[in-house]
Amino acid sequence: MKEKLQAIRQKAIEKIEAAESLDILNDLRVAYLGKKGEMTEVLKGMKDVAAADRPAVGQLVNDARKAIEEKIEAVKKTLEAKELERKLKDEVIDVTLPSKKLVIGHKHPNKVVLDEVERIFTGMGYEVVEGPEIEYDHYNFEALNIPANHPAKDEQDTFYINDKIVLRTQTSPVQVREMEKGKLPIKIIAPGRVFRSDEVDATHSPSFHQIEGLVVGKNITFADLKGTLAQFAKEFFGPETKVKFRPHHFPFTEPSAEADVTCFKCGGKGCRMCKGSGWIEILGCGMVHPNVLKMCNIDPDEYTGFAFGVGLERITLLKYEIDDMRLLYENDERFLKQF
Amino acid sequence: MNTPLSWIKEYVPDLETTYQEFNDKMTLSGTKVETVDVLDADLEKIVVGKVLKVEKHPDADKLVICQIQIGPNESDATQIVTGAPNVFEGAVVPVVLDGGRVAGGHDGKPVAGGVKIKKGKLRGIESNGMMCSIEELGSTKDFYPEAPDDGLYIFSEEDNVKPGDDAIEALGFRDAVYEYEITSNRVDCYSVIGIAREAAATYGKEFKLPEIKVKGSGDDVKNYIDVEIKDKELCKRYCARAVKNVKIGPSPKWMRQRLAKMGIRPINNIVDITNYVMEEYGNPMHAFDLDTIEGHKIIVKRAANGDKFTTLDETERNLDENMLMICDAKKQIGIAGIMGGENSKITDDVSTVIFEGACFDGTNIRLSSKRLGLRTDASGKFEKGLDPNSAIDAVNRACELVEMLGCGEVVDGVIDVYPEPVEKKRVKFSVDKINALLGINISKEEMYKYFKPLELEVDEKNSEIIVPTFRQDLLSNADIAEEVARFYGYDNIPVSLPSTAETAGKISDKMYIENIGHDIAAMYGFSQAMTYSFESPKVYDKLLLPENDDLRNAIEILNPLGKDFSIMRTTSMNGMLSSLGLNYSRRNKDVKLYEFANIYIPKQLPITELPDERMQFTLGFYGDGDFFTMKGVVEEYFEKLGMFEKVEYDPNAGKSFLHPGRQANITYYGHVVGFLGEVHPLVAKEYGIGERAYVAVIDMPTIYDVVSFDRKYESIAKFPAITRDLSMTVPKEILVGSLEAIFAKKGGKLLESYKLFDIYEGEQIKEGYKSVAYSLTFRAKDRSLEDKDVQEVMDKILTALKEKDIELRM
Repeated sequence: MKEKLQAIRQKAIEKIEAAESLDILNDLRVAYLGKKGEMTEVLKGMKDVAAADRPAVGQLVNDARKAIEEKIEAVKKTLEAKELERKLKDEVIDVTLPSKKLVIGHKHPNKVVLDEVERIFTGMGYEVVEGPEIEYDHYNFEALNIPANHPAKDEQDTFYINDKIVLRTQTSPVQVREMEKGKLPIKIIAPGRVFRSDEVDATHSPSFHQIEGLVVGKNITFADLKGTLAQFAKEFFGPETKVKFRPHHFPFTEPSAEADVTCFKCGGKGCRMCKGSGWIEILGCGMVHPNVLKMCNIDPDEYTGFAFGVGLERITLLKYEIDDMRLLYENDERFLKQF
Repeated sequence: MNTPLSWIKEYVPDLETTYQEFNDKMTLSGTKVETVDVLDADLEKIVVGKVLKVEKHPDADKLVICQIQIGPNESDATQIVTGAPNVFEGAVVPVVLDGGRVAGGHDGKPVAGGVKIKKGKLRGIESNGMMCSIEELGSTKDFYPEAPDDGLYIFSEEDNVKPGDDAIEALGFRDAVYEYEITSNRVDCYSVIGIAREAAATYGKEFKLPEIKVKGSGDDVKNYIDVEIKDKELCKRYCARAVKNVKIGPSPKWMRQRLAKMGIRPINNIVDITNYVMEEYGNPMHAFDLDTIEGHKIIVKRAANGDKFTTLDETERNLDENMLMICDAKKQIGIAGIMGGENSKITDDVSTVIFEGACFDGTNIRLSSKRLGLRTDASGKFEKGLDPNSAIDAVNRACELVEMLGCGEVVDGVIDVYPEPVEKKRVKFSVDKINALLGINISKEEMYKYFKPLELEVDEKNSEIIVPTFRQDLLSNADIAEEVARFYGYDNIPVSLPSTAETAGKISDKMYIENIGHDIAAMYGFSQAMTYSFESPKVYDKLLLPENDDLRNAIEILNPLGKDFSIMRTTSMNGMLSSLGLNYSRRNKDVKLYEFANIYIPKQLPITELPDERMQFTLGFYGDGDFFTMKGVVEEYFEKLGMFEKVEYDPNAGKSFLHPGRQANITYYGHVVGFLGEVHPLVAKEYGIGERAYVAVIDMPTIYDVVSFDRKYESIAKFPAITRDLSMTVPKEILVGSLEAIFAKKGGKLLESYKLFDIYEGEQIKEGYKSVAYSLTFRAKDRSLEDKDVQEVMDKILTALKEKDIELRM
């Protein structure tokens, strides 16, 4: 019995060690330890063993069984490790194969830029407001110090609905509407669609967008205007950007200015984009004209303010180096998906 | 407005500057330079040469060999071979020497960067340079009328040049012409004098306005002409002087060269004088032939409707009662401020000239010029609204020039009809307020220093600035502040941030709600489009709208860019479908677009108040997806906006442009908030979309007030759910929506969710019915459900279904 056990144990260990796969190993487990396995058979033979020897033999059987089990476990671990290694090796992929993307949509470049402008100004405490696109002549002109027959009215190529109602030519009427509310101080930007009767070409569109800015409060100065726009320019065009203010004329601001920023393509050295000057004109601005304040029932002796207006398309085209404005209104998906 | 720098220097003699510095400084003080044309930029090593000898070229019929004196002595000669037909011995010509440069090629056209000239051999004969035509020097015969039609420019005695002189200088090319952008408030800067005054102030140099001196020749202008203004509103002032014994001829070279630089073609001395004075003083002039003025009387009055008049460009013009005319005793002789008449123009045999210097109403000139479709140099100036006080200077200056040029005898006296003389204005001003407005702190002396060259006088006692009449733009302290800022330098003003306007930055709720729409659209693959707000009335036919559809009631633009852009849109459909069509035509696959933009719904027509501007969230696509894809986007958006319940779809949307069986109004608590559907095949075809396309529109104003961002956490279910599948035979006309309504209503608290998993029509289903299968999930929050709990609810649902002729399938 003892020899038999020894022989089984010896043979089993040998076979287990030689097992090349988990399947073979499993077969061996069944063959030795299963219900009809050799060890089980041996146990069945226990009834023939003398009672006195039974504990010793039992011990032997258990030892042999344990040894086989341990061996199987040990070999199993090794085989599993090998198997995993082989599997991982088989599963190597070419990571340079093309990606699989969900199709997501894209915002219009104008909107991307507008979001950026709004982000900068709301961060500086500005509220974003809107006004009507079809507007009274009064708000678009008269209240902005542009009386009837003022040449500026002609310059702006206004679309008329009738003699009192126009398609707004600028977002400046929103200034008036805000000031009329009578709540001071005011710190707003007002983006929106404006209209001028320009024929469509690479640089003109009868419908485009402006972003108006207005601050009214006590002791607001031209220096504040310069500081505000310089800050905006640095945030929007980059920290190295410089702003140059040139005197200009708008009927609703006095003093008035146009602002140029250092060309963000060449940094001011001069290139094709800035036509060699190193500067790019981006907006008009000035101190709110006292007549405008008065018409909105704000006392110009107590309050002052500044206003500015940026052409959204202008900075969009510049930022993305888009050379034809028509692309913005064609809506070719291949264009829109670039932003 | 153009000015050569040399002309500016005449009034600012101490001005020393470079071309670039002048450009920068003038721009920074408010006279923005648009372009600079440096006339000698491409001219190098060009001298005056005298042709000493002309010999035939031995090997070329069309070439000659010339010996040219290019220095003080005849021995300073060089040999040049030329093909110019007009060369002759004794001719004095511009010569470009070896290594020099000219501005234009032989074909007379300018060459960018110029043309380098080197010595070489022409048919074997040495040639050390080139004699030049006016075109090669960068100009044209238009501006140098003395130049020959073809060939070399030849100096005349008038030029007073000798061999070796700088020919560039002699021709007036050592100069730069600046073009400025003049803003509409600075009427005074549409003149050389105005620009010169700005230059003087910019450089802090003295401005020397010439004193006009007319000697006169006796007699009295009253014996020649009488002037009457009938319309004092439209003619503020009319000055006239007479010049007799006029000798028409070319004007002198200096005047011709100046006019050329302003872009004005020299004609003859009298015409050139009127143009010269117009540019110099900014006040247009006119010259009449006295012999053509009947009754020797000038009457300024309006035309009558239907009048016809031939202007001096030999074109017949239609007049109306709002156009101001210059007339004589019997007839019209000129359109005031715009163009003179053919019947009174100066001819070469004129003997007595009447100079007109007037001031007309700017607005009237602008509108008349527009109606006539006739814009002239004169109208361009008058329409700005001129200072009436410059009119008298203009006529006197013209007469002074007549004497200077010796082209006539100026009759003594001036006719000056000036009913309401304009006086200098007084403007209140405060040094402190100016400093406060600009955020600077400078002394009053510093400010006064800026005022002087601008001819602003200070009345310190009354705190007033006395403003000359040519500065019509200075009306208030803010205007004076701008003058201070301009010459203190905008760049020198410090930078700061508003310290007194503390406000919270934010976007409106409306924008926030819209921005969520942008995000949802992008997540579902829609890209943002932007389309025009105006469109063609034909759009409504393309959309198959019935004749009486409300959407046809659109606001019309009085002066549209054309019929195609003539109405303000009442629907966003055309913009979306046109954009989809464009993409389809360009073979873009699976295109999804969205737009946020207004439509304009009039409250009445024609409108008397502002219309209702309604923001539309429009989605459209073709390609991958169907009606339910679109419905999913809408629902996702509504869920994000907290519009969880009571969104329903009513198939009776009645949209003519959508597929009649595949459209629905979207309702929220019974109110229509938008619609969606498949584009009607005829409409899709009309827009060139070659496959099924789907659109959805959410009428944003209907949802701004019903959205809710309140959310409360609900505990995650702890107890198991029980599901029941329900397979039904449903009459075809019953919408699954109404089945869901039954589930929701009868399901009570225990019904957690329901999900459609099959819908089928056809074989095995009896005629007029469809098979619909739902999976219902039941769950209680506080316990594990038992079958009998679920059965109770199921029974209620089944009873309700049975009432609708819905049977369970086994």
